[in-house]
Amino acid sequence: MKTRSLTLRRNTNRLVSLISASAALFGIAMLTWILGTVIVKGIEAINWDFFTELPAPPGMEGGGLANAMVGTLGITAMAVLLGVPVGLAAGVWLAEFGQQSKRAEAIRFACNLLMGTPSIIIGVFVYILLVLTTGHFSGFSGSVALAVIMLPVVARTTEDMLILVPGALREAALALGVPRWKTTLDIVFRAARTGLLTGILLAIARVGGETAPLLFTALNSPYWPESPGEPTANLTVTIFNYAMSPYDDWQTLAWGASLLITVSILGTTVISRGILWHRSKS
Amino acid sequence: MQRRTHLSLDPAFRWLTLTGGLLVLTLVAAIFATLLHGSLPALKQFGFGFLLSQDWNPVTEQYGALSSIYGTLASTFIAMLIAVPMSLVIALFLVELAPPQVSRIVGGAIELLAAIPSIIYGMWGLFVFAPFMADHIQPLLSRLSPGLPFFTGPPMGIGLLSAGIILALMILPFITSVTRDVFAMVPAVVKESAYGMGSTTWEVMRKVTLPYGIQGVVGACFLGLGRAIGETMAVTFVIGNRHEISASLFAAANSIASTLANEFTEADSDLYLAALVELGLVLFGVTVLLQIAAQWWLRRTAKRMGAGR
Repeated sequence: MKTRSLTLRRNTNRLVSLISASAALFGIAMLTWILGTVIVKGIEAINWDFFTELPAPPGMEGGGLANAMVGTLGITAMAVLLGVPVGLAAGVWLAEFGQQSKRAEAIRFACNLLMGTPSIIIGVFVYILLVLTTGHFSGFSGSVALAVIMLPVVARTTEDMLILVPGALREAALALGVPRWKTTLDIVFRAARTGLLTGILLAIARVGGETAPLLFTALNSPYWPESPGEPTANLTVTIFNYAMSPYDDWQTLAWGASLLITVSILGTTVISRGILWHRSKS
Repeated sequence: MQRRTHLSLDPAFRWLTLTGGLLVLTLVAAIFATLLHGSLPALKQFGFGFLLSQDWNPVTEQYGALSSIYGTLASTFIAMLIAVPMSLVIALFLVELAPPQVSRIVGGAIELLAAIPSIIYGMWGLFVFAPFMADHIQPLLSRLSPGLPFFTGPPMGIGLLSAGIILALMILPFITSVTRDVFAMVPAVVKESAYGMGSTTWEVMRKVTLPYGIQGVVGACFLGLGRAIGETMAVTFVIGNRHEISASLFAAANSIASTLANEFTEADSDLYLAALVELGLVLFGVTVLLQIAAQWWLRRTAKRMGAGR
């Protein structure tokens, strides 16, 4: 057997430890750099007008993104209404009925495919499906695109959470003569409540910052959102448009919107992770 | 006592939930069918040449995907080149070197990187990172490697290299967290016996942990690859958006996703739109193939791990 000097082995070990610790440090440094930039540049834009006013025309002072905030909330809320019930249903079927059947495997596979599909492709799909056929961009089509992205995420987390519920609980309910649907909705759902809720929150956090699927569905608008059938102002597409514009005021607003989006999404993610972690501890 | 008979809702419940599941299957099929149908005019007009032509001219109605495909592959390649080794050493740090408390905090911070929306990476990339590249990194690279065609040309900050680096940052947390989980699954007894023989941490890592978890690591790389290849906003902000292939990584380029993001709403003719949809079809096809490969690989790994090697 080849022998190597102990000093060499020890020094190699030290070198590798150093490299791996600095790589971890580098990751944290990048996180700090990105978040720091967003906070420092974003805070400049934050004032009362930012939350209450419509965007000002280019070159004019002031203005805010109130319409885009309302629009983003509306589009996301509608996406939740469309995507979450279907996702819950699919998850229930996978966990309670499908289990290891061929059909369930196929649906699981489709879920993974859909989760791996780039969000811009979902945008193109919904554009052809809803925008081309109706002839105009609309907030509703944006919601549909986000719902398509949420659907597989909600389905898989629902399945994972329901599987954790002990089978004995179901059997106890069924033995008392409770019908299957009532067992699932009243007993199993109650036991898995926290998990289901955090799964949905994480799915919302995931689509809340999406831009690509909204680019050619919801588009954008300088006005207040009035109906889901019209192009609808939203924060992320506004960031994209304003960042690419040559006007300083607009770029500042884009940073403000970035801060708002980052804080809401990281906040939602951290809270839901915290709930999950807390629950697994207790 | 009379037994109460009532219409059972169970079959209805079962069918209702099944409909939700089948909708997912339908959606995947519908996306494929829609993209295929939408790209028919371009498929008829250009045939296979679409994939091999570099022309992209809306005025003369000539469309070719080569520069977009090249940009997608090149930026993804740069991202993987940076992200894979870094993820491995970070995972090593988290599992083997750091005390549990530190490991949890650092691990959480790295995972936070994954939660930042891609448009924020785009903003940061365009306004902060690209100028930094132009002022510091790119001049340094050209000075260090005179004569290399990759690092020539004016240091503009934006371009393939910057896009690749930002992509690397975005996929780093995904690969790291899967790799960390895989490393943590290595039975302590196996590692302890290696330590007992007098191995250093690095030797245990290289000869025990890595060989044990290599399949999981490969699966993690597939996931990162799939994510990098379709990433849109971060790339669109910094890649420069030019339909031309250049040997230099400093040059502005484009990717399939960035072309779609920039030009889709501008497509004013049927053929233009069809060409863009066909780009989308190419991207969708590639990600589906990657997913299938990743799934197949992970399943094989799970079986082997389950059998207890």
